[in-house]
Amino acid sequence: MSESTRKKVSAGLARRRRKERVFRMTGLLATTVGIVFLVVFFVDLIGKGSSAFRQTFVNLEVNFDAAIVAPDGSVDLQYADFDALARNALRGLFPEVSGRGPLRELNQLLSVGAGYQLRDMLVENPDLLGMTQSVWLPASSNVDMLQKGNIDASIDASLRTISDAQLAWIDALQRTGRLELHWNRAFFTNGDSREPELAGIRGALVGSFYMLLVTLVLALPIGVAAAIYLEEFAPRNRWSDLIEVNINNLAAVPSIVFGLLGLAVFINWAALPRSAPLVGGLVLSLLTLPVIIIASRAAIKAVPPSIRNAALGLGASRMQVVFHHVMPLSLPGMLTGAIIGMSRALGESAPLLMIGMVAFIVDVPAGLSDPATALPVQIYLWADSPERAFAERTSAAIMVLLGFLMLMNLVAVVLRKRMEQKW
Amino acid sequence: MPDRMAKANVTLPEQPSEIGKTVGNIRSANPYIVAENVNVYYGDNHAIRNVSLEIGTKEVIALIGPSGCGKSTFLRCLNRMNDSIESARVTGHITLAGTDICSKELDPVALRARVGIVFQKPNPFPKSIYDNVAYGPRIHGLAANRAELDNIVHTSLERAGLLKEVIDRLDEPGTGLSGGQQQRLCIARTIAVDPEVILMDEPCSALDPIATARIEDLMYELAEDYSIVIVTHSMQQAARVSQRVAYFHLGSLVEVDETNKIFTNPRHRLTEDYITGRIG
Repeated sequence: MSESTRKKVSAGLARRRRKERVFRMTGLLATTVGIVFLVVFFVDLIGKGSSAFRQTFVNLEVNFDAAIVAPDGSVDLQYADFDALARNALRGLFPEVSGRGPLRELNQLLSVGAGYQLRDMLVENPDLLGMTQSVWLPASSNVDMLQKGNIDASIDASLRTISDAQLAWIDALQRTGRLELHWNRAFFTNGDSREPELAGIRGALVGSFYMLLVTLVLALPIGVAAAIYLEEFAPRNRWSDLIEVNINNLAAVPSIVFGLLGLAVFINWAALPRSAPLVGGLVLSLLTLPVIIIASRAAIKAVPPSIRNAALGLGASRMQVVFHHVMPLSLPGMLTGAIIGMSRALGESAPLLMIGMVAFIVDVPAGLSDPATALPVQIYLWADSPERAFAERTSAAIMVLLGFLMLMNLVAVVLRKRMEQKW
Repeated sequence: MPDRMAKANVTLPEQPSEIGKTVGNIRSANPYIVAENVNVYYGDNHAIRNVSLEIGTKEVIALIGPSGCGKSTFLRCLNRMNDSIESARVTGHITLAGTDICSKELDPVALRARVGIVFQKPNPFPKSIYDNVAYGPRIHGLAANRAELDNIVHTSLERAGLLKEVIDRLDEPGTGLSGGQQQRLCIARTIAVDPEVILMDEPCSALDPIATARIEDLMYELAEDYSIVIVTHSMQQAARVSQRVAYFHLGSLVEVDETNKIFTNPRHRLTEDYITGRIG
């Protein structure tokens, strides 16, 4: 290399290095910003939501008084006043309280769920009738919020949801060790409720599960079959180009449009029940299909042509080539696409709003046609609720949803690693 | 090696140099495959122009020529592998032992069981060595039970000269073998179906000289039972393994003759230029 050439090269070196450094720093900065936002999101979410997994309970000596719940000898589970048992037990701790107003304030410390819990206990163990037992009963959401520090007791009484008298009782209960935070089982076993302390995600979880089941059963076989047909059998012409373009477009269509389609076709035309996981699953199948088809086609394309040629050259029919060679090799890619599509479906709320899954539904759905809601819709509903205690539940439900999404993505990664074949 | 002194012919004025009419002898004494006026089009591209050629029974014929001359395309006509290329169109007549193999009624699946093919790059299935060889017999239902299948697999591996090397690891993946072993596995896989003709599309171009020598030895042995059509870029290989050589140029069959005649006394100028290294 001549002297002058060498000089030119070295003159450019500093500039090239500087450019490279700037590029690297930009990349680093972008990554850092992304990670910072993610950390902020998770810290905020967990900080707000983790308290929902614990719930305030009051310890009471409950007398299952036969005179109250079984005035005529037998317990009428539907109409017996189980709430009175809890009320009497609480009143026993504060005998000095009298008068309608103060008594009502005292009763407000307990959740309306207290009576249901006592009833369930009696159903499970009828021998309790007439006996006295120490029971932890759920406190009302206001007590719970106070315990978790979400209600400021120092502000003027007219500005807070807990009165001065209630504050004093809560204080007394706490001093005697009768007020404790326990594991919030109800959050996972209950359906939705107007009372935050009784509201749980069970109904939404089961609804989401049924929908994903329908989606998986429909979208996976149809999507894979469509991908195989388009890749391996369909002639390449203007029609297949048109189909390809449309599938790619469908993958980008806003999800609420699929909801409108579902409303028009499945509910208005096919007269399927509203708010049902069946319809939700159908709509989510339509939403997921393009994703699965595109991913499956990519997986099929990635199978080396030499394998197809080898099988064809041995006299395998096209069908045998597909099922003996192409499918096994592209299955990991197809499943990954399916799971990614499913996790997108799990997080969708907009199309479900259109088909009535946004209704307030307390019962846990028992089948595909029962009214149900879904996790993201439940989050939307709770985020909209005015009660303070729903805020932490919203965050907790988001945590559960994210947990499932991460689990599904993890399954996708593991499946791919497991089934990947080298050639 | 051909006698390079034969270059004295180069200047002979009557040597033809135009393309279109095949010189030499396209006929075989005992033809097994007869191709008449074969044309192949890829869309608008006329890839094979009016090729007629006879391939003898238990004969090794080498197809040579520069890249893109159509020799692989012609080879793929013989077991209808061109069917899988959508734009490809084949005209003309090809018969295999009297059967028209271009007819629409003939199932290419049945044809390919009779005419096996070995590709340029070893392409074993990502399955065990055993399953690679057993695949053909399985799909064609050649073995009634496991013992018969075992027998086919062992015989085929034996004939491909691979049995001794893999007898202890038949259930290991075929993709774990060396390049030369993989190619012999592919040959074993092809002969497991018991074909009548074996097509080889540059079977040694991805292999080292030692593995190449083994495959060539194998071809000698296989030639006792099968007709072999081999496409090769190596003139030495064509000279070593074949009885006849066909020289293709720009889609036309320029010259066909016995191997020693082609290499010692080529009659067409293009053949001459190619084998002396002036084109290609």
